[in-house]
Amino acid sequence: MVLRTALHVVALLVLPPLLLGVINRVKSIFGGRRGPPLLQPYLDLAKLLRKGAVYSRTTTWVFRAGPVIGLAATASAGLLLSMGGAPAPIAFAGDFVLFAYLLGLGRFFTALAALDTGSSFEGMGAAREVTFASLAEPALFLCLLVLARATGSLSLSGMLGPDLDAAWSSAAPGLLLAAIGLFVVALAECSRIPVDDPNTHLELTMIHEVMVLDHGGPDLALILYGAAMKLFLFGALLSRLVLGHGAGALASEALFLLGVLAFAVAVGVVESVMARLRIVRVPQLLVGASVLSAFALVLLLR
Amino acid sequence: MTSLTDLVFILVVVIDFFLLASSRLGAAIRAVATQGALLAALPLLLLEGGHQVGHVLLLAAGALAIKGALIPWLMFRAIREASIRREMEPIVGFVPSMVLGGIGVALAFAFSSRLPLPGGEAHPYLVPTALSTVWSGMLLVVSRRKAVNQVLGFLVLENGVYVFGLLLTGIMPVMVEAGVLLDLFAAVFVMGIVMFHINREFASLDTEKLSALKD
Repeated sequence: MVLRTALHVVALLVLPPLLLGVINRVKSIFGGRRGPPLLQPYLDLAKLLRKGAVYSRTTTWVFRAGPVIGLAATASAGLLLSMGGAPAPIAFAGDFVLFAYLLGLGRFFTALAALDTGSSFEGMGAAREVTFASLAEPALFLCLLVLARATGSLSLSGMLGPDLDAAWSSAAPGLLLAAIGLFVVALAECSRIPVDDPNTHLELTMIHEVMVLDHGGPDLALILYGAAMKLFLFGALLSRLVLGHGAGALASEALFLLGVLAFAVAVGVVESVMARLRIVRVPQLLVGASVLSAFALVLLLR
Repeated sequence: MTSLTDLVFILVVVIDFFLLASSRLGAAIRAVATQGALLAALPLLLLEGGHQVGHVLLLAAGALAIKGALIPWLMFRAIREASIRREMEPIVGFVPSMVLGGIGVALAFAFSSRLPLPGGEAHPYLVPTALSTVWSGMLLVVSRRKAVNQVLGFLVLENGVYVFGLLLTGIMPVMVEAGVLLDLFAAVFVMGIVMFHINREFASLDTEKLSALKD
């Protein structure tokens, strides 16, 4: 068990950039290109880490703290999540609230760092990001409540533990709806298409990318790494929710890895076949996800 | 079989949500057609030994032909001739109508088990699905400006009534059901003609303009 938990910490630290590579590869294949190598995000991160950092004179310590706290909060949230069936390093009743708000803390400091630059453009990005985050949060909580109700456990390890497999046989429709809601939340939280386009640098439509425009070098590397890790967390959550346990430890782990990669492929497919939504339509999507998860909860409460 | 029936009921409710959220008329018509087709499958799924199979088959085939094929075809014709694609500004916005729909569905699922029903429940999701579909249809009828969307709302409302009617498949004679389907078809036909006239008179399908008539 200790070995498996250690394995998950290593996976949490090492695998996230690979997901970005997989997403880019899927998008390239859809576009008829060969695309960058799968490990390109690692090379990008290494390149950024070797660069120096430039800080504007108008910024304060908040600007420098933003990327560090963002990454630290995401990594701590990762410690609460049980991956592939082994219990998480930290687990207690109600830890799903901490999970959601650790992600919130990371976003809060990213937004603060953006505001700290004093650029009105970054302020606009921060405003958009927190607006959409406030709409995604109810959906995330409703999904987690569905899990809590289905498994009768209040900690993430319990929600994603063995009880979940039993819950699938009794409450499959509700869990399926929650999984769909969670996927939409994942797309919104990780600022992927159709909510936000990570590749765009068009002023009118940028959301997340605006906030990190003034970061460079190692800071940018931390931010990109943190964003990839967030994607990995949602992938882990969904993979566990949808695929469940395998028989035995090894099969469990294999299934988990497969699920996370499948999540990356699914995100890539969504990004390739869908256009980005207009910003006024994004709240509709997120409220829709909330309504679906609320419906799932109602089904389970009956 | 039970889980499949569950899934059909839940899909019907999810389509209600989709209709409340969608502004594209083409997608909405396709969603209503899908809902009609799903509903046509329901009598077969709920079939028990006691009912006459021929009766149920007739009901399913009639519902599939009219709700799943004929009416959507008429609606597509209507939007092609009026050349409109989307509902721009509904009276109640998309997000509020989705939230209202969610509240209605939650209430329907929470309280439907308290309803005194004559025949007993055929399926635990049947009555709440019927009530929430009726509620969504009514929301669509009152909250949209475009005549096409109001007709779609009427269809959804009727779908809800149809689901409720499934409770009574054992009792209801075929002629009554045939009459209901025919009524529905006639209603949509009349609405198609009305839409054509509104469109010709005002060069738009916005029903708001009807109240601005003078003399």
